[in-house]
Order: sequence, then C-alpha cells, then structure tokens
Amino acid sequence: MDSNKVADAGTPARTNTATVTLSIDGAAVTVPAGTSVMRAAFEAGVRVPKLCATDSLEAFGSCRLCLVEIDGRKGFPASCTTPAEAGMKVRTQTEKLAKLRRGTMELYISDHPLDCLTCPANGNCELQDMAGVVGLREVRYGYEGENHLTAEKDQSNPYFTFDPTKCIVCSRCVRACEEVQGTFALTVEGRGFQSKIAPGSGSFLESECVSCGACVQACPTATLMEKSVADAGQPDHSVITTCAYCGVGCAFRAEVKGNQVVRMVPHKDGKANHGHSCVKGRFAWGYATHPDRITKPMIRGAITEPWRTVSWDEAIAHTAREFRRIQAKYGRDAIGGITSSRCTNEETYLVQKLVRAAFKNNNVDTCARVCHSPTGYGLKTTLGESAGTQDFDSVDHADVIVVIGANPTDAHPVFASRMKQRLRDGAQLIVVDPRRIDLVRSAHVEAAYHLALTPGTNVAVLNALAHVIVTEGLAKDDYVAARCDPAEYRKWCAFIRDPKNSPDAMAAITGVRADDLRGAARLYAKARNAAIYYGLGVTEHSQGSTTVMAIANLAMVTGNLGRPGVGVNPLRGQNNVQGSCDMGSFPHELPGYRHVSDDSVRALFEAAWGVTLDAEPGLRIPNMFDAALDGSFKGLYVQGEDIAQSDPDTQHVTKALSAMECLVVQDIFANETAKYAHVLLPGSSFLEKDGTFTNAERRISRVRKVMPPLAGLADWEVTVALSNALGHPMSYAHPSEVMAEIARLTPTFTGVSYEKLDRLGSIQWPCNDDAPEGTPVMHEKQFVRGKGRFVVTEYVATPERTSRKYPLLLTTGRILSQYNVGAQTRRTDNVAWHDADVLDLHPHDAEQRGIVEGDRVCVRSRAGETTLRARLSTRMQPGVVYTTFHHPDSSANVVTTENSDWATNCPEYKVTAVEVTKAGASSEWQRRYQEFSRRQDDLLPD
Amino acid sequence: MSVTVFVPGDSSARSVGADEVAQSIARVAAQRKQPVRIVRNGSRGMAWLEPLVEVATDASRIAYGPVAPSDVGALFDAGFLRGGDHRLRLGPTGQIDWLRKQTRLTFARVGVIDPTSLDEYAAHGGWVGLRKALAMTGVSIVDEVMQSGLRWRGGAAFPAGIKWKTVLGAVGDRKYVVCNADEGDSGTFSDRMVMEGDPFLLIEGMAIAGLALGATEGWIYLRSEYPDAERTLLTAIDEARAAGFLGDDVLGSKKRFDIRLRRGAGAYICGEETAMLESLEGKRGMVRPKPPLPAIAGLFGKPSLIHNVMTLAAVPLIVERGGAFYASFGVGRSKGTLPFQLAGNVKHGGLVELPFGVTLRTLLDEFGGGTASGRPIRAVQVGGPLGAFLPPAKFDVPLDYELFAQAGGMIGHGGIVVFDDTVDMAKMARYAMQFCAIESCGKCTPCRIGSTRGVEVIDKIRAGDRRDANVALLRDLCDTMTAASLCAMGGLTPSPVLSALDQFPEDFGLRTAART
Repeated sequence: MDSNKVADAGTPARTNTATVTLSIDGAAVTVPAGTSVMRAAFEAGVRVPKLCATDSLEAFGSCRLCLVEIDGRKGFPASCTTPAEAGMKVRTQTEKLAKLRRGTMELYISDHPLDCLTCPANGNCELQDMAGVVGLREVRYGYEGENHLTAEKDQSNPYFTFDPTKCIVCSRCVRACEEVQGTFALTVEGRGFQSKIAPGSGSFLESECVSCGACVQACPTATLMEKSVADAGQPDHSVITTCAYCGVGCAFRAEVKGNQVVRMVPHKDGKANHGHSCVKGRFAWGYATHPDRITKPMIRGAITEPWRTVSWDEAIAHTAREFRRIQAKYGRDAIGGITSSRCTNEETYLVQKLVRAAFKNNNVDTCARVCHSPTGYGLKTTLGESAGTQDFDSVDHADVIVVIGANPTDAHPVFASRMKQRLRDGAQLIVVDPRRIDLVRSAHVEAAYHLALTPGTNVAVLNALAHVIVTEGLAKDDYVAARCDPAEYRKWCAFIRDPKNSPDAMAAITGVRADDLRGAARLYAKARNAAIYYGLGVTEHSQGSTTVMAIANLAMVTGNLGRPGVGVNPLRGQNNVQGSCDMGSFPHELPGYRHVSDDSVRALFEAAWGVTLDAEPGLRIPNMFDAALDGSFKGLYVQGEDIAQSDPDTQHVTKALSAMECLVVQDIFANETAKYAHVLLPGSSFLEKDGTFTNAERRISRVRKVMPPLAGLADWEVTVALSNALGHPMSYAHPSEVMAEIARLTPTFTGVSYEKLDRLGSIQWPCNDDAPEGTPVMHEKQFVRGKGRFVVTEYVATPERTSRKYPLLLTTGRILSQYNVGAQTRRTDNVAWHDADVLDLHPHDAEQRGIVEGDRVCVRSRAGETTLRARLSTRMQPGVVYTTFHHPDSSANVVTTENSDWATNCPEYKVTAVEVTKAGASSEWQRRYQEFSRRQDDLLPD
Repeated sequence: MSVTVFVPGDSSARSVGADEVAQSIARVAAQRKQPVRIVRNGSRGMAWLEPLVEVATDASRIAYGPVAPSDVGALFDAGFLRGGDHRLRLGPTGQIDWLRKQTRLTFARVGVIDPTSLDEYAAHGGWVGLRKALAMTGVSIVDEVMQSGLRWRGGAAFPAGIKWKTVLGAVGDRKYVVCNADEGDSGTFSDRMVMEGDPFLLIEGMAIAGLALGATEGWIYLRSEYPDAERTLLTAIDEARAAGFLGDDVLGSKKRFDIRLRRGAGAYICGEETAMLESLEGKRGMVRPKPPLPAIAGLFGKPSLIHNVMTLAAVPLIVERGGAFYASFGVGRSKGTLPFQLAGNVKHGGLVELPFGVTLRTLLDEFGGGTASGRPIRAVQVGGPLGAFLPPAKFDVPLDYELFAQAGGMIGHGGIVVFDDTVDMAKMARYAMQFCAIESCGKCTPCRIGSTRGVEVIDKIRAGDRRDANVALLRDLCDTMTAASLCAMGGLTPSPVLSALDQFPEDFGLRTAART
C-alpha cells in the first residue's frame, strides 16, 4: 500500500462545477456534485473507517466499514458509494455504527493471521489501523474455523510477493489492475468464502501481469508486498523525485531508511502519472547500488592498458590537459561533447556551456540526435516550437486517438494506461504500425483501424490520409483560414490533391488497403477532438522530419491543435530528451532553440558567460565519427550516453572511437563506449543529485537527492570542475543556481525557479510573464510561429531497399521490462522477463527459411551481421522482422545502417534490409566483440 | 378426423414421464388407427396429477392423470379420446376444484394452448395489449402500470410503476428492458411454467415495456437449469420476430424492439439484479452498489427496466384491460394476483394463482391438502431460501405484502415450502447460513465471511458448546449481516436463521423461549 502518511480521501475527486452542501457530524461541507459522502467527510476533516476504498479507484462498497447513518434514510448506507446530496445530514459515529464496524472487523480478523509484529506491513497496514480505529478487542469466533491461513505464498514475481493468507479480498488489486493499469490480469476466483484473488490460472510471473505495481500500491495489507520492504523494514523518511526512465516523467516518492532506498512509490500528486507507475520506475531501481557501479575516477594512456584509479583532482586535471593538448595539436574544433538525455537539465546545460565556453566551439550534440531530432525540426518548422503540444491529461478529452510508430504499452506504459482508460471510455483508436502492437487488440481495447504499413512508408500513409481529407471536403477551412499561412496552404493543397497521393495510389506503396486509409482519414477528420501520439517509428527514418511535418499538416488541416483533446504529441524515449534539447544541446542551437548564428542571441550568452561564441554550428554526432575517422576529431566528453551500443552501424562507431586520443566517458557503469575510453569518470544516478527533468509534455519536474553520490560528486559538479580546470570558471553552489541562469537566458523558462517548482510540483514550459504557472496546451490562440505553416511532404522512398540478397525489412524497438541499451535494467531483476534480445518473425518467413521457434538465427544486412534466437510471431507481417536493442552481445545496431533523416541525420533504425538464416554459432562480429569485452573487463580494477 | 390430445411438455411433467406417455399415445393411436394430434402444452400446475393428459372433446377438455405409459392402452380401451370413463379420469379440466378456485390472470393460457403457436396465442387473447400499447403514448402506458398497483414479484416488492416512470424519465442514448429469469429460489417454478407454457406472454410484456420506455432491446437472463424454457423461448422469439411482433418495425409501427436471451452459469446471486447485470455484461456476477439505480444506469450503464418474469407477464393484461381492472384484485397495497407455488412436504403441490389477501392456511389446507407424509405441518418457509420460517400460529396472516412483513414474513416470489414435524429447525438454520456461504458472491465481508462463521457458530450451538455465548454471537452476527451486507443475500440470510431460533428454540437446545 501507499504510505499511511499519505492522506487518502477514499474515493476519486469529482470535477463537477455544481456543488452540494451537506452536514457531516454537524459540520457543513460543500463539495462538487457527485462526490461521495466519504470524500465529503474527508473534506470536512472527518475520517470514516474504510478498507476497500482508496481515492485512486472508483468506490466498490465491499468492506462495509464505512457505513454511516443519514437522516431520513433507512439502514446504513456505505459512505463510499453514496453520493453527497444537498441538505443531507450524515452521522459517521453512532453506537450502532460502532457495533456494526466492530462486528465486521471481528469477521475479518477471524480469517487473518495474528502475526502483526513480524508482518512486513507492520506499521503501514490499513487493516491494523482499522482494527485499532474500530476498537476490536476480541474475536469470539475463535481461530479454529474455516480459514485461508495455510494458502501458499506466490513469490514468483521478482519484486513483490502475494501472500493470500493476509488477503481481505477487498478487490483493490483487481480494480487497480483494471481501472488504473488496464491490463485485467487479476480476477477474483470462486464464490463466497472461497473467493480469492487470482492472477489468471498460474503464478504472478506466468500471468499477464506487467508488474506495474498498481496492485501492490492498492493493497491495504501485506498481501501484495514489495520484497524490498520485507527485507529492509519500513522507511523512516521520503523524498519526492522524478523517475529517470522514459519520457513520461513519473513523480515518485522515494521511501528511504538512512541512505538506503526501501522502495519507490508513485506520487499521487504527480501530474504526469497521477500515482501510477510501471515495472521500471516502480521496481527497477536496484541498478543504482549495483556492484558494477563505477565509484572512482580512472585513467589510462591507451585502451590496451589497464585502468588506473585516480583522485577526482587528478582525473579532472588529466582530462583538461589532454583536451588542451589535442586542441593545441589538431585545432580548436578537434574536441567536442555529448550531452545526455538521462541527465538533468542543469547538467545538460552545463555540458553545452562547457563545450561552447571552455572548448570554444559548438561541437556539442545529444542522444536526441538519434531519436527525436526530427521532432524538433518538424514541429519548429510547421508550428514554431520544438515540442509536443499537449499535456498528458489532454488525452482524457480525445475522441479519436491516432498512434503512429509508437508502442506506448511497452515504451511509455504509464501514459498508455491513461490512454487505455480513455479508450475504454469510448474514444476510438487508429494504429499506424507495421507490427500488431498490444494496443491494436488487448483487454477492452480494440483499434478501429490498424494500418499495418510497410516500414519506411509513413509519409505515403499520411499523405493518403490528407488526400482523403482534402478531396472529400473534410478540411476545417475556417480554422485553416484563421490560423495558417494561406499561400503555403494553397501550395500544399495542390500537392496533396494530386492523385499520386490518393489511397489507391498509395495502397501499393504502403501495403495498406485504400479503404482502410479512407476510413481512418474520415474517422480522424470527423472527430470532435482527435489527437496524434507518435514515437520513434516516425522519427527514425530517412524521411523522419518529413513525417513529423506531415503529421503537423494533418492536425492543422483538421483543426486539431490548440485545445485539450487534440494535438501532436511526440512520446519521448528518455526521461530528459525534451530537456536536453531545450538546454541547447544541438550544435546549431543555444538554449531555447535559438540559432548560434543569431548575433543578438549570441551576444546575450557572451555577456552572461564572459566569452566569445562561435557563430558556426558545430559537428553532429555522425559528423564527429566521420571527423574522427579522417583524423580531425580526437577528443570527446560523453556524459551518460552509450554511443557504442545505441548508435547505428556499430562497427563504424567503434572504428571512430578507436581513432580518438582522449575519449572521456562519464557514466554510472563501464558501458560499451567506456571500453574505448581513456578517462572514466563515475557518474551519479538520479537518486544522488538535485536537478530537473523535462518530460514529453514539457513538464519540468524536480529531481531530488535521495542519497549522496557514490563517487562523491554529482555529474554537474564534475562538469563544473572540468570547466574550471580548462580555465573557464564556473561557480554554482547548487543546481538551483544553474536553473536561475537558464531562466535568465531562456525566454520560455523565464518564470521557472526551484522555489516555484517546489510550490507547484511541476511546471510545463513556456513559463514566463504570459504564463506564470506554465502552459499545458500550446498554440491556443495562435501558433508560436504566428501562422501555421503547411509543408509539402513528398514521399521519397528510403534508399534502403529489399533485394534478392536482403529480402526482409528489419525494424527495431523496445520492450516493457528493458530500457534503451539496458545498462540500467539489465542490472535489475527485470531480466526475469527479457534476458536476451530475440528476433520476431512471421511464421511464413520462418517456414520458408526452415526456422523454428528458438533457433539461433543470423541477421545480416549490408552493414553487418549478428545472431540471436528466433521467435515466431503473428504480430509481424510477412516480410518484416523485429528485434530489440537492449543487450550488447546481440547488438542490433551492428546490422542497422548509416542511412539517416535528410534534415537532422537521425538514423534510420526502423528500416534495414536483411536476410535471416539459421546460424550454427555466433557471428564473427560477436566473437570479436566477446573477445574484446573480455579483455576490457580484465583491464578494470577489481 | 383426428382428436387433439394434450400431453404437457412442461419440464415438471416431463420429469415424471410425460414424454413417454406422449410417445405411447402416438404409438397406440397409430396401431389402432385412431388419429390423434398431440399438443405438448404447458402444465396446469397440479404437480401431483402429472403427467396430466387432456383430451379435447366437443364439450370440453377432459383430464386424466397422473398417466403412466402403461395406462395408455387401457385409456384407449376406455375410449378416452371421447372422454370415456377410466379410473384416472378427472372430469372436465376446468371443473377440477383446485383449478376452479383459482383466479388465473397471468396463468390464463398456461396449460391451455400450444406454447409456441402464434395462432393459439392470438386466439386466446394474445397481442391485444401490445396492439393497444402501440396506439398509446409511453406516459399513458406507464400510467396504467402505476394505476394497476403492480409490484415487483420479488423480495422487496417495489412498485413497478415507479421503476417504469424512472426509466421513462432517464436520459440515455439506449435503454434496455431486462427480464430476470434466474428463478433460483427453492420451491419456485412460476417463471419456468410461463416460459415453457406461454412464452409469448413474456415477449408481449417485454415489448410493451420497450415501447412504453423507448427501449429498443430486451434481454432475458435465463438460469442455466432451464434448458426446456430456453428452447421454448428461443423458438417463440424467432416466431414472434418472423411475424413482426419483434424487430426493427414492430407491427408496422416503425418502432424497434427485439429480444436476446442469455443463459446464466448457475449462480444464485445472479438473480440479484445488479449481479445479473454484471453477468449479462460478461463479467463475474458480483453485486453492484446502489446508487446508481439500474433504472438510471443499468445494463451497460444505460437506463434499464429490470423485472422478473412474473412482473412482466402481468403487463399485457394490465394494458389490455386497464390498470384499474388489475387493481380490482387483491387487498391493501398488494394489488392483483400472485401465482403461489406450493412445494416441499405437501400433498398437492403446484401452482395456485390467487388475489393477494389469501391466507397461508387456505393455501396449505384447501390447496395443499396437508403434508405428503401425512404428518402435521411444523413450519413453512415463504419467499425462497432467504424467507422466514413460520409456525402454524402465523398461518392466518393474510398474504398481503405489508401485513405479512409485519408478521415477520416475506412473500417474495410466492414460493411456499412445507415441512412436517420431523424437521430439525436448527439444521434448517444451519442450512440457511450454508446456502449463503455457498452462493454469496464474495464481495461484501458480512456475507462472505459471516455466512461461513454462521455455519460454525450454529454447529457449536447444536453441539452444546458454550450455548448461551454462541447464541448471543449468532444474534450479533445476524445483526451485522442484516445491517451491513451489500445486498439482500447477506441481508436476508438472518431471516430464516433468526426465525428458526425464535420460533423453535427447543431445536437449538434452548430450554427457555428465546426473544422474539
């Protein structure tokens, strides 16, 4: 259960503007109509005893502890299920009620173990609390009657136990799984006294449970209990912070004992997650104290030498010396830095500042290069701002939801649950994805259309949809006339009307039936509110930026921008992709997306930083690799990113890294990139520092220090030290001072401060004088760029084509239990769900190749080859294969190519022509990799 | 010309060999070249006379029963096709005292007609109410129902008209009429008899309700133990649809109403209306809290009129003859007739439809004829397994909802189960708790755990284990269950338990009479 220190109003808040006034135990209270008597009592400061009610779930009315008396009503209505009505006179404490509550509690305890003192929930148990509240003094039934005390404990889940002996069958877990998570993995089995909670027919681990923790959160007893709490005991304090996994940015309460995290609990007031969580944020935080953590700085002369542990001072001085040496020898532009989308805004800001002010060039880039750089380009071009248009709450108002190239139930699970709530409430769904992802059809969710396109044809599909809308008169002409540039619109109309963009013409290219394209277009265009959510299946293509602009076109032409329920919403992969982009991590942009060539902007920063800034954009990541290979780029400071595993065409990347003279890796683990590094600076996890993350909805949330950095310094302090050593003085006592500087220099952040963040919980930028408390929905009155700009989005096929030699298309993605390159999640018990990457292929393709489930197969592209196990899956369409990139030993990116988005160089991870064959052994690359890794591991100190 | 012979197809008749009798008659008739037309009618409701064979003679229908297949030859020998005399001859059916003394409004056609013959239904006054309703406004139909005083033929006996009015006034893009045909009370069978014997009556009642309330769909939730009723209903629904009584355009009115049937899965609790709704929606049959009332947010969250079969079956007559006509039967606030069902240890069990106001004594003596065992009656349980046990001292209370409730009873669905003086009432109290323990949906604590503890406490009392303390505990438990349970299942289980304890304390080993 949640901490009993967190107030629980019992039933969810109602937002009705009409109110009713009633009296509770003589005190008048006014609440929105539809509010339960229980919640009204809570508002009046009266706590009605309860067990089955909790304010994250709709009232259920089963425990019967919350009975009250209401004047003029017979019997004893349950306060949780009874709506407050005007003039009601409610009594919550009478002699009769006390007797009934005690009678009910006596029944509960007659079937409950009496091991409170040794129970892991001791001190945080609602049943225990309620037994005290109702004054239970004896159980006259005795304890010899029929009971559940010998039921077997299910310990199959790595993170929590299910102990049915302690279950009071309140169904909070079942309801949480249904209402909050939407997985419907749990049920009540049997009738009457035999009723019991069951995860389907087997154990929790075998069930459809996704380990989101909602059931554990909801359980009022020790029945569903974190193993970490059972091991450590109850926490002594807690700290509100923000999850460091995906771009949903869930708020968590870290519950801590001394410096030891006991558990992470989703924070009810978190505006991104409203008290929900997923298996990663809720449970997979053990990596933070994993023995693999690097806790001491290390240096070495060459990557063939053993690492030497040194002091921070020596490591920093060494690095500064090396960078100065390289710049002296190869020129000022021979070094650069990469900021991390996993680090805080403040840290990212400091790294780009270090590069621009201390390195004195613009060779800074970020991992967003390989994920959402097309989002930045596409949305800035069309709408005027490089960010999603909505808050997550907006989805509650959407009538039609379009999901393109995103798999939210795996990659953004907490938002997916929110979306599924809305879909269960009746919104309709269009999925555009080559694979049959879970959203297409799962419990109580079914897509109206699944446009299972051929990978690489997003633009063709979107153009066909727009063609239908324009030619069938479904465009919102008034909206377009008022909000968009008319000349650009005319040009675009002429383009999109062209029969070459018709569904019939595009059906052959996309593999999607023309009728489905028409139906989906009509559904989207005719909806009162239609919202588009997209992910890396949109951006990681040679036409990634074009696709983003085609999406913006679609939203503009149907008037689906500028209010709740609509919008263009990129689902960000990492916790701080949005923030790292906002903070000026791109070589051509200073913080706030302002071009380095803009003299006035540069002047502002030059004045603030006391330096002269280069007006020319620096190198992008792929340019850095190319420059390293041609000998002009020799030093790189990489903070919190594993480019050797995450960037495409691994062999090209590692060749480039090998060509460097000083590769500095700052990371919590000796990752793949560290194997090529000369300086290894220990990083700090999100639990070890203060700062802010900005999630996919532009929400800036505080990261708060829960324990001291294992290596003594937070990442931002290391950057500061390096800058000072390089001769550019930086002086910050706390990240709040960095944020103050960001706010001073960035118009969209003017109103942001730690004080305000503490007060409001979180803030969605822009936050300035126009919007002092932030901006949930953008472009409300007009677009940020003024008039919305339609851009002609000609479909151009990717150069990556299938051929006789490479007849299949490989597309890559993530799964629920693992995160990105897996550096964190592979060091947690999440491996219970996914301990190796596998290749999904359609049974038809498998049969043609003589492949059966579990075979080791070789995946070969023009770039390279690797081997992994095959899994036959009808989620795939014939001709398309899929894998994840969580495990370095199967490294999917050995296979991916150097093709990239025309505008931003975002790699085309999603389309690689491959052939799949049965393989006897590991590929040659894998053998070389294993040998190299073994040698590198030996070079680390014990 | 062939003679029409009626052999009930009702499952109670079939259970005592009606099918074999029908086959036998067909076979002998063929052998003797005496052509017969065998109609499988519903049951007349005289259980001890089943299989009750009737022959249509020029004058009237002559009844013979109970007929065994081995009797058939002799019946032919006796000329039963012409009403000839035989030891099983009961005379003209309508003149049998047991039937003659009844007021059959709802059961007027049951046992008389061929259940799935549209023609016979029409010929016996069917569809008049529906045709009349098509010419009426929803409001005026609801007014007739209000005026009739019809009450829900179940535990709470809530006025039907108020439900109708609520659904009529509720806002929804769809509305439903839901028929609760999960007739699960022990000793009850009136719903089944109508569904097997006069299914168009239920269809007509539902259609009228649909037209009145603007509901376009009717759903029947039928208990799984009624396969014959399912077959008959499905046939009747198909026929009614084919003839235009159901469908997109009911009798050319441009109004839509159709009926679907869903079979339950054997849970008593699914007779509770909200658990039934959950089950209809494909979920686990668990009780929903109220509010919201199903009339406002019922099936699939839409306004729904929920009635059991008896309530809906009363509707065609009310519309045909007017609410005032119906209200002219009965007493006090208990209007119309109730089909009582006599069962258990009774000599003449079966269906007795009478206006409210009749006494138990009349039913038990004049109709029931005492116990089957011939021993004195010690108790009856009225209103199903959750009804109170009543001793003979209370047999003179009129069966009027209010008066009967005052006497500690519950008319409910009109089931009356008779026990003779060999009954162990402590065992019956235990059985009541056990029934609840088995059939509880498991949602609310008093019912889920309380019923099991109730069995255990009664066991202790019966075993003489700290008897006074355990009797006090049992009373406390009953108080908790009554006042704190979510639905009537847990709330009423104490009723048989406490009535047994109070009326028959000696069976619990208590020397002094317990409090009443």
